[in-house]
Amino acid sequence: MKAEKSILSGKHFFQGDTACAEGGIYAGCRFFGGYPITPATEVAERMAERLPAIGGIYIQMEDEIASMCAVLGAAWGGRKSMTSTSGPGFSLMMENFGLGIMTETPCVLVNVQRAGPSTGLPTAVGQGDMMQARWGSHGVYEVIALCPSSPQEAFNLTVRAFNLSEKYRLPVLVMMDEVVGHMTEKVVIPEPGELEVVPRRESRVAPDAYLPFKPDADLVPPMVRAGQGYHIHVTGLTHDERGYPVITKEAQEKLVRRLCDKIRVNRKDILSWEEREAENADVLVVAYGITARIAMLPIQMARKKGLKVGLFRLITAWPFPEERLRKLAGTVGGVVVPEINYGQMVFEVERCVAGKAPVRLVSHMGGSTHRPEDILNAIMDVAKNK
Amino acid sequence: MAHAEIRLSGFGGQGIILAGQIVGKAVSVFEDRNATLTQNYGPESRGGACCAQVVMSDEEIAYPDIVEPDVFVAMSQEAYNKYYEDVKPNGLSIIDEDLVVPKAVKSGGRLLKMPATRLADGMGKKFVANIVMLGFLAAVSDTVSTDALKEAVKSSVPKGTEELNMKAFQLGYDHGKRLPAATPAGKE
Repeated sequence: MKAEKSILSGKHFFQGDTACAEGGIYAGCRFFGGYPITPATEVAERMAERLPAIGGIYIQMEDEIASMCAVLGAAWGGRKSMTSTSGPGFSLMMENFGLGIMTETPCVLVNVQRAGPSTGLPTAVGQGDMMQARWGSHGVYEVIALCPSSPQEAFNLTVRAFNLSEKYRLPVLVMMDEVVGHMTEKVVIPEPGELEVVPRRESRVAPDAYLPFKPDADLVPPMVRAGQGYHIHVTGLTHDERGYPVITKEAQEKLVRRLCDKIRVNRKDILSWEEREAENADVLVVAYGITARIAMLPIQMARKKGLKVGLFRLITAWPFPEERLRKLAGTVGGVVVPEINYGQMVFEVERCVAGKAPVRLVSHMGGSTHRPEDILNAIMDVAKNK
Repeated sequence: MAHAEIRLSGFGGQGIILAGQIVGKAVSVFEDRNATLTQNYGPESRGGACCAQVVMSDEEIAYPDIVEPDVFVAMSQEAYNKYYEDVKPNGLSIIDEDLVVPKAVKSGGRLLKMPATRLADGMGKKFVANIVMLGFLAAVSDTVSTDALKEAVKSSVPKGTEELNMKAFQLGYDHGKRLPAATPAGKE
């Protein structure tokens, strides 16, 4: 086999989907189990082309349920693993996404959002899965979901998604959208070592003393890999530190509270957002993904009319950067939230603004991005209330 | 060229998206400026109107959609009919003259006709018509530098076809330079 370079350092003109796959490879992903679906197919396609040449494995599974299972299994086999999907595929992955949360399995799930519900508009953009990302699997849990706004960020945030998944041991969501996924733009891939890559947190404890779900001080347990000589039991049932099912409310309290708290307690390390002239703005636009980028045009138009308009761009949608937004809400005249849905992240924004300023949703049912003038009108409208 | 928008259109299978990819790569990788490529196409991979949209700028590109293309290239009647009205009032439209019957041009606008597919056919390789068209574009428009476009063609086409594609590019370029009206399009 001819030796391929695993990290393609340098300047490229890549689609968001391709950049996302390359981000996975940079982070050390060597297993991809997936089922192609527009507009996420190009992530799988890139992995199918690249992984076998660099010592990785690509498996096209029979469906998305099996894909998510394969990804979890590969992680327990010691690989960094990922999958990508969209629309109905994301719904199918939800059950085993929850299994990944419960079994604390590091991996990355990319959702290139298209317009739904159901099969909806397969080739066109939506942002309707933001609450599904948060609550789509059953039970009590916390998630990490990252939202890239450009192909470059699709690369960088996929690397970060892997790092967070290893650090906190859970499946991390990359919530792209069709426009970012299919848009082609300059992507600079750094040299190996330039970006932090977090390795698996491996246990140093001898097999006879090892407890697979006994956490370190940061609430995250170190991991071993199947076949290393450790006896491990991994289950979706509520379990103790040995990993054995314990069907009691006490075991539930201890385990599920820790699963949530490992994210809640460490949220400052996880949270990420971008502000552009957000301090003391008359109007603050809160957006994410392609919509945050589209919003820059109406923001510039409003600034030309003399308004002070800022952008607060969510990079982590989950956890939500509520402390910072609560602070900004105290001084802002109004908040505008454009999303390609009928209102999802706007509920989080309203919770943080808590009545201190008017919050205006600019909804869009999907199929394209917003018309800049629709966002501009909302900005001008809430500015009147100041 | 600070900010320019190019729309390349035709039917699926003509290599329109690849042409857009090449223009965007020329600008962002070989000129080290910024470019975004977005694309529209139907569910079919052959036939149907398809279009590649490139926005290029020296600055960061906030809005990646085309508002009013400075340059509009049409290689099929269906695509021409769908998009010809969007071109900027003083913009440049380029058509494959054997495949498109043009409608009235906006006053101040310019229309150039050229036979990309026929020229490619003359090389015995009809499928390089998209690259012939890019060579022509380089000759008649100053939106992208010719050298950057050539580099982008070389690094984007399948291995082993570089020479063929460079020949196709040169054919389109020479054709463009021979046209009497081949001055840079209405930017003034």
